[in-house]
Amino acid sequence: MRVTVIDYKAGNLTSVLKALRHLGAETVVTDSDLSLVETAERIVLPGVGHFAATQRLDATGLTTAIRAAIVRGVPFLGICVGMQWLYAGSSEAPVQAGLGYFEESCTRFSVSQEKVPHVGWNSLEVRKDSRLLAGVEPGEHVYFTHSYKAPVTADTAPVTHYIEPFASAVERGNVMGVQFHPEKSGTTGLKILGNFLKWEGTE
Amino acid sequence: MITKRIIACLDVRDGRVVKGVQFVDIIDAGDPATQAARHAREGADEIVLLDITATHEGRATLLDTVRRTARELFVPFCVGGGIRSAGDAAQVFEAGADKVSVNSAALADPMLIDAIGRTFGAQAVVVAIDARRDPAAADPVRDAQVLVQGGRKLTGRRVVEWAREAEARGAGEILLTSMDSDGMRTGFDCELTAAVSEAVNIPVIASGGAGTVEHFVDVFGRGKADAALAASIFHFGVSSARSLKEELARAGVSVRLPC
Repeated sequence: MRVTVIDYKAGNLTSVLKALRHLGAETVVTDSDLSLVETAERIVLPGVGHFAATQRLDATGLTTAIRAAIVRGVPFLGICVGMQWLYAGSSEAPVQAGLGYFEESCTRFSVSQEKVPHVGWNSLEVRKDSRLLAGVEPGEHVYFTHSYKAPVTADTAPVTHYIEPFASAVERGNVMGVQFHPEKSGTTGLKILGNFLKWEGTE
Repeated sequence: MITKRIIACLDVRDGRVVKGVQFVDIIDAGDPATQAARHAREGADEIVLLDITATHEGRATLLDTVRRTARELFVPFCVGGGIRSAGDAAQVFEAGADKVSVNSAALADPMLIDAIGRTFGAQAVVVAIDARRDPAAADPVRDAQVLVQGGRKLTGRRVVEWAREAEARGAGEILLTSMDSDGMRTGFDCELTAAVSEAVNIPVIASGGAGTVEHFVDVFGRGKADAALAASIFHFGVSSARSLKEELARAGVSVRLPC
């Protein structure tokens, strides 16, 4: 199957592309060609770095094209900042709106004894009916590197604990996001990306 | 719960993994791609490839090595050695690295940290610091001397102030090597590691001195390290990341056990 990977010039895409190809996907990358979103079978929005970088999605028209693709039911996966972008916004860049598919906003981890950013391998408390996390067993870990996070809500697929509970993945309809890096999370990460590639969609 | 990371380090020269005792008796220890895959399979949380090639011609070999190593590696992959500019870093990222480690080039031009971080994100910049306690300083640990050229040359910088500057400039992690402990197999310098770890808000990776599993338990506890580099321990004594982690888990350290 073909996956359209969105490039908004925030970090490098090499690892994500490599993992998708390893799983047998054909990948196409776009940083402005809207036709690749309009004809997409699946969309992945990677991203490391600053929430403000998502401004480029608005400037290029990709936001509008992605919104339309989501309405058509095209399976969508946001990774890291790509997940945070699905929310209304982030306190990292208050003037920059997110897609608003999920109505809440992302915030920085609270000040505590623990270090921020949250970097390393952490565990997942997986919601039983999660399709994206299907097959992930207790005790499996995934790799995180972030300072901002999404709140726990009814759409949260697994909860992870660091300073406070946060949404380590979100899933509603055909729209999914992961705060961790599945492309860097060993066999567990590949299993989760594989679930996305096998996703058959919902009405 | 967040786990403590065990990072496997491969020293690479002219495209081959080498191992040596304090830079002498260097012997060939195999293909980097094969070794990295083996460590990842056995539970290493991350792979660091340090290029110790001295020659200019070796750079092209390095990029080829990074490309081959990254191809089937699905854990974080950091590359260091000889990265002198944001352009060098870009080539290494393009070849498949997730992070670069910079040391002497960052000391020579601290703006290099800002430059790489701005383009690739703070999570992609590891600042490696080689430090030696300074018995003449008011605080021999916090004011440990920062060295380059394998510990042969003083920089005039002190470990805590340099680590803080690196963080302020956008480093994502600190890889701290104790030059007093390196190669000794008598344990990490836990005081030094704790001093740096408490002074910054980014993860500190401890390096230098590991000889036994207890040394890792110690540096994760008393040393307040977020991660530890394992290199020669896999050559002397502990056979794999898996057995190291199983013993750490028994000692009460939170680790990710391989599936």
